[in-house]
Parts: sequence; structure tokens; C-alpha cells
Amino acid sequence: MAQYRQGRQSFVLPQPPVITAWASTAGKKESEGPLAHCFDITGQDTWFGQRTWEQAEKQMQRMTLGKLAEKANLRITDFDLVFSGDLLNQCIGSSFSLRNTGIPHLGLYGACSTMAEALLLASMTVGGGFADRVVAMTSSHFASSERQYRFPLGYGGQRTPTAQWTVTGSGAALVSREGTGPKITACTIGSVTDLGIKDANNMGAAMAPAAYATICAHLSDLGKQPEDYDRIITGDLGQIGKEMLLELARRDGLSLGGRLEDCGTLIFDRENQDVHAGGSGCGCSAVTLCGYLLNRLKAGKWKSILFCGTGALLSPTSTQQGLPIPGVCHAVAIEGGKG
Amino acid sequence: MEYAKAFLIGGGLCLIGQILIDKTKLTPARILVSYVVIGVILGGVGVYKPFAEFAGAGASVPLTGFGNLLAKGVREAVDEQGFLGIFLGGLKATAGGISAAIFAGLLASLFFKPRDKS
Repeated sequence: MAQYRQGRQSFVLPQPPVITAWASTAGKKESEGPLAHCFDITGQDTWFGQRTWEQAEKQMQRMTLGKLAEKANLRITDFDLVFSGDLLNQCIGSSFSLRNTGIPHLGLYGACSTMAEALLLASMTVGGGFADRVVAMTSSHFASSERQYRFPLGYGGQRTPTAQWTVTGSGAALVSREGTGPKITACTIGSVTDLGIKDANNMGAAMAPAAYATICAHLSDLGKQPEDYDRIITGDLGQIGKEMLLELARRDGLSLGGRLEDCGTLIFDRENQDVHAGGSGCGCSAVTLCGYLLNRLKAGKWKSILFCGTGALLSPTSTQQGLPIPGVCHAVAIEGGKG
Repeated sequence: MEYAKAFLIGGGLCLIGQILIDKTKLTPARILVSYVVIGVILGGVGVYKPFAEFAGAGASVPLTGFGNLLAKGVREAVDEQGFLGIFLGGLKATAGGISAAIFAGLLASLFFKPRDKS
């Protein structure tokens, strides 16, 4: 019998791993948004000194990891393991950023849920006694994602009103066995949910059912109520997906009301930044977590949050073949941090 | 008057494309291809020619005009060369447009670099 497992898909961490440091790098548009003051590094040049967008994404991860080590008073070689992922083919943003560093690395792909997935795995690894200092890191870049999922920027295509804006940014969190900071107390691993939504420009709607399923599973597995968290924060449902999630909850009589926030709607000013439905991408929840959410926990503004990374598990091939978009959501409960 | 007609008709065709992007789930690529195919059909049944005479550049510049040119080229080539013209005529008639587009693309790529949108 797995001793930490609770319910169908959750587990608790009796010796909660501590998020002892976090760092974020954000692009130009993000650093003009409402969370601008939260980021450690902001780049006015979204090439980050590189020749290609993919290399720019790699560079962001490298800078973020360096900043994380600096904030934790460590060298990057002190990290026992890095779980990282991005949205590029074969996750080259992550593997190229870590090459020749000598740091053990496990690459992940969970689309935009990758930050929650990495954090969840890091907490398992540390909580299970397999490592002392594990980094969870992701990145995304607007320009490389447009090429990956839609059209290269040079094509000059138009964006539809429901399309979300991929965040240019990278966030990293250091999960440690001991230290001070917010603690990871429980996690829920999501299952892949597909309600047949086919529009690759409306991923929020494709992910909302997965987010709802995971939030419900989390609450029932652990016998909790939404009121037990100061905020329930989804990854990047955007405005449309967030409204859909609230509607799903309302139908079941579950009140998420003022508690629900979405990284995709927090990071940009929808009215003034022309981002249509909001932000998305692995970097969206990563920079929001590692720039804004963890800072608020540390400052004691919130006591606990449920961080729910949401991912749309489509590929360009599945979209071209007319297949619907499966969604997934992983939840990580983070508590305390003040003092 | 000629300019006004070209502007209104050409603009109208583009307006339809914009509405299709905003209101339907059609991708830009599909909309472009539909315009060409519609042009071929209208050209094939002989409707496009009087339309182009009326609207001038407003009908020949949009992609439907390209479709019309394909149809026209095939018809002329079939008259001259028979069966083989079906395969030869279309691209021959539109070669100028295609080559110019490729050349303009090359030229643009030499001088400009795509930028991040912000």
C-alpha cells in the first residue's frame, strides 16, 4: 500500500518539501503587464541576444537557472536534479539550456501544465528522499510557439479573437528538503480529459473540463473544501476557459467564486495589451508562480493556494488531422511561507 | 469612378475574408484556397470575365482573380494544344504572378527579419 497516496489520484507529503527559492525571466510584453514588478529579469530584446527564437528560449532558461542559484546562494552544480520542459519539438529549450552543465536532468512535456507537473515530480522526489535540491523549470516563447503550433511569424497570419497569447518567459522553483519558504503539502495528478473541442485557437475551453475534474478530485481525495485555500489558481485557461470552469462548478453547486484566479488572465491587461483571451504557454504559469504567487505566499498575503497547471495536449499533427484537443491539469497545494 | 469601383469591390472581397477569419473556424490557408477555387469556378463558367471588366483591379488583384487566370489559361491552352493544355495552361498563364511573388518573398527575406509582436 502506497503510504502517501490518498484517494484515486492524490498524495500527501508528511514531510513537506520547501520551495526555498524561485526566479523568473519575462519578455517585453510581459514586463509591460500588471505583474511587471514581480519578475527578476526582464528582457526588452526578445531575442535575448540569440540568433533564433528557439535559442532565445534556451537562453531564458539558462538565465533563470542562474538567477535561481544566485537567489538560493548556491552554484548551479549544487542542484541535484532539474525537471524541466517547454513547448518546442523534442523539448530542445530545456535540454539545450542544460547541456554540458553536469546537472542531472529529466525532460518533461505536459504542454502548459508542465510547471505544475515539474513541481509535483520535484516534491515527490524530495519528499521520497531521492534528492535534496530539485529544480522545477519551464519556459515558453511567443515567437517559437507561433512557429511550433500555428504559423511562423514571417507568414504574417492573423490571430482569431479566442486565441491566447503565448507568454515569453521562464520560471524556476527550487524544491528543497529543508529551509524556509512555502511548503508543498499535497498534489493531485490529473487524468487526460477530452470533450471533443477541436479549435486549436480556443484551448481554454479544451482545458477547462480537465481543470474542473482535477480540482474536484483534489477536494474529494483530501476531504477539502474550496474555502480551505485562499486562492485556486489555474494555469492558462484565459478568460473564456475561466468562465467555462466557473460555469461547470456552478452547475454542480460548487462555489469557486472569488477564489478562482487564472495565470493567463493575471499576467496581461486584456483591455490594453491586445492579447485576446489572455496568456498561455508553459512560461505563463511558471512566471506567474515564480514571480507573483510565491511572493504573495512569502509575504503572508495568502496562507495557502492550490496551483493547478493546465495543459492542452495537442500537436500540430493532431490538429491537422482534425482530432479534438485533450486537456490535463495537475494540482499542487502550496502553504505558508511567511517567516 | 474606376478607382472607386475597384476599391469597393476589392475591399468587399477582403471584408468577406476578414469576417470568415473572425467568425468561423476556417484557417487563413483554407480561406485563401477557397478564394482561388471560387475564382476558378467562376472563371470556368464565364462569370468572372464580365465581373472583372466591371470591377477592374478590384476583381483581378484578390485571389479570386488568380483563380480566374488559372481557368482562363487552361481554356486557352486547351484550344491551342488540346488535351495537354489541361496541364500546361494554368501555370503558364499565372507564371508572372507566381514568379513575382517568389521573387518579392526572397527580396523581403534578404532585407527584413520577422519580429516578435508586442
